[in-house]
Amino acid sequence: MTKPLLEVRNLVKHFPVRGGGFSFVRQQLKAVDDVSFTLLPGQTLGLVGESGCGKSTLGRALLRLQEPNSGQVFFEGRDILQMNRAELKAQRRDIQMIFQDPFASLSPRRTVAQTVREPLDVHDIGTSLERRKRVEELIELVGLRAAILNRYPHEFSGGQRQRIGIARALALNPKLIVADEPVSALDVSVQSQVLNLIKDLQLQLGVSFVFISHDLAVIQHISDVVAVMYLGRIVEQAEVSSLYASPKHPYTQALLSAVPAAHPAAGAKRIILSGDVPSPISPPSGCTFHPRCPAAQAKCQTTEPRQTTLHNGDYQRQFTCHYPLGS
Amino acid sequence: MTRPVLEVRDLAVEFDTENGRVRAVNNVSFSVNAGEVVGLVGESGCGKTVTGLSLLGLVPSPPGEVVNGEILLDGHDLLKLNEVGMRKIRGGEVSMIFQEPMTALNPVLTVGYQMTEVLRLHKSLSKRQARNAAIEMLGIVGIPVPSKRIDEYPHEMSGGMRQRVMIAMALSCGPKLLIADEPTTALDVTTQAQVLDEIVRLQHQFEMAVILITHDLGVVAQTCQRALVMYCGELVEAAPIDSLFASPRHPYTQGLIRSIPRIREHKIDRLPVIEGMVPDIAALPEGCHFADRCNRVQADCHERSPVLTPSAEAGAVACWHPLEPQHD
Repeated sequence: MTKPLLEVRNLVKHFPVRGGGFSFVRQQLKAVDDVSFTLLPGQTLGLVGESGCGKSTLGRALLRLQEPNSGQVFFEGRDILQMNRAELKAQRRDIQMIFQDPFASLSPRRTVAQTVREPLDVHDIGTSLERRKRVEELIELVGLRAAILNRYPHEFSGGQRQRIGIARALALNPKLIVADEPVSALDVSVQSQVLNLIKDLQLQLGVSFVFISHDLAVIQHISDVVAVMYLGRIVEQAEVSSLYASPKHPYTQALLSAVPAAHPAAGAKRIILSGDVPSPISPPSGCTFHPRCPAAQAKCQTTEPRQTTLHNGDYQRQFTCHYPLGS
Repeated sequence: MTRPVLEVRDLAVEFDTENGRVRAVNNVSFSVNAGEVVGLVGESGCGKTVTGLSLLGLVPSPPGEVVNGEILLDGHDLLKLNEVGMRKIRGGEVSMIFQEPMTALNPVLTVGYQMTEVLRLHKSLSKRQARNAAIEMLGIVGIPVPSKRIDEYPHEMSGGMRQRVMIAMALSCGPKLLIADEPTTALDVTTQAQVLDEIVRLQHQFEMAVILITHDLGVVAQTCQRALVMYCGELVEAAPIDSLFASPRHPYTQGLIRSIPRIREHKIDRLPVIEGMVPDIAALPEGCHFADRCNRVQADCHERSPVLTPSAEAGAVACWHPLEPQHD
């Protein structure tokens, strides 16, 4: 069996919030609540869920951009959460991040060359000449021309900026990239260009991705393994084709059916969930999905479901539901 | 034949920018029939929102200006109305909902206050009547316990809820035409599905016409009867939904449809793309604006601009070398 690149165990990130009104009682917003998953080298884990489900917090907690409260994050067997500052800095060479908004994530006062070079400067890699060569190499790798290196971010379109962000993330030859909604701000025609680029780079460089998105079609295209999050927890996790072909959790099924069909004739049966995602400060009792679940029964309101794990070769299939579909 | 509620002829809108005057909307003509849902589709910057805003005289001026065209609502040209006349139309016969319900609603006023304001202005109802009408309307758009929620402020509601409030407000005066500008883009898929269903249901109930402005062809496929595709400020294709998706005539439409990431039965390695990127509208290429990205380009495309001409099945396409219509 292949050794995992990343292994997350029971990760928890709670935010303290002041109670409503004049109450000073501190409550906990459970943004990431007991999350575990593994990622094999060269693979992509798609993390999908609605806004506020904790997927971005989880992504940031992996890099300790937000300190988790508890849990373990093993990267090549070493727990990132136990590292001191120096060790963490060294480790961050291997783990990089790409952000959603290509307008906010690039400094407007730095040229493209300065932006892409920054990680090399921070980690003090190579001579000035070597750094310049590396920057040129990177910018061509993401499909831009070296002639643009002295220009500023505002001169570029969203898709080009996202390519610059990708070049920066690749500068240190990372083993893992956490990409948080990297194509959501882009138009469809540009979105597919950037997705193709990410796939090409993955094949070429063997880098692994944790790819966070709310878009199930994007997740299907890019991922090997998919984890579906709801209210801070992973409710279902499986290899991509089995998850899309036969979802086990009713939430996964509802999410899949809510995606608008790309063709009018494909108007399949849709499950429309009623109501909104409940507040993560006071999640519902039992299974947190029960108030919106079309298949909920009495037990779901009172008893928290336990995780079921099925083994299938290198992949595990996990779901947290009392009454999984198709069983 | 059904009579058009709205007829737009040769609309052109220009903006003053740092780089000189640019034409954001050029030569746009279309009509919308009573009870019809028409999608106006295109990528960011294609002029779809400006087109929507100009229908209600909401193009910010300066820097914007409607430089040409007619906008006929039941035969009356809205461009000839003064501000007072326009205000009677807005929120009355024609209303609009926007992408971000949080910015479109006033955060310091209750939902009820904002809703009754519209009703009292257009329908000269008393305070009590307006409040009752507002509560009824909130109920119609599916807000639970409307008599209680009417006194809440926008921040107390979720995104989907706020968009419902916007819809309730837009529909409260029984408009003939609703312009919905990316109404579900800021929402999650599950909420998007709820809101789209609601719009379709209400459109039937109130027998109004809807222009749905969106970048999402999936949303169009699901809700509209007809679609208009915009590129660089111009309409490039207009067609009924079924023929548009089954047999797009314009290579841009085809590219857009192909590049939608969709859930597929079998994964593919590479998504189809449209090469290159949208040109800057301040420096549009000669001839067809899509020529540089087009896979069917020929020499004449760079010389003459194609105009939208009627094609098969009540559609129209602006292309010198359109794809052949497919029949099945």
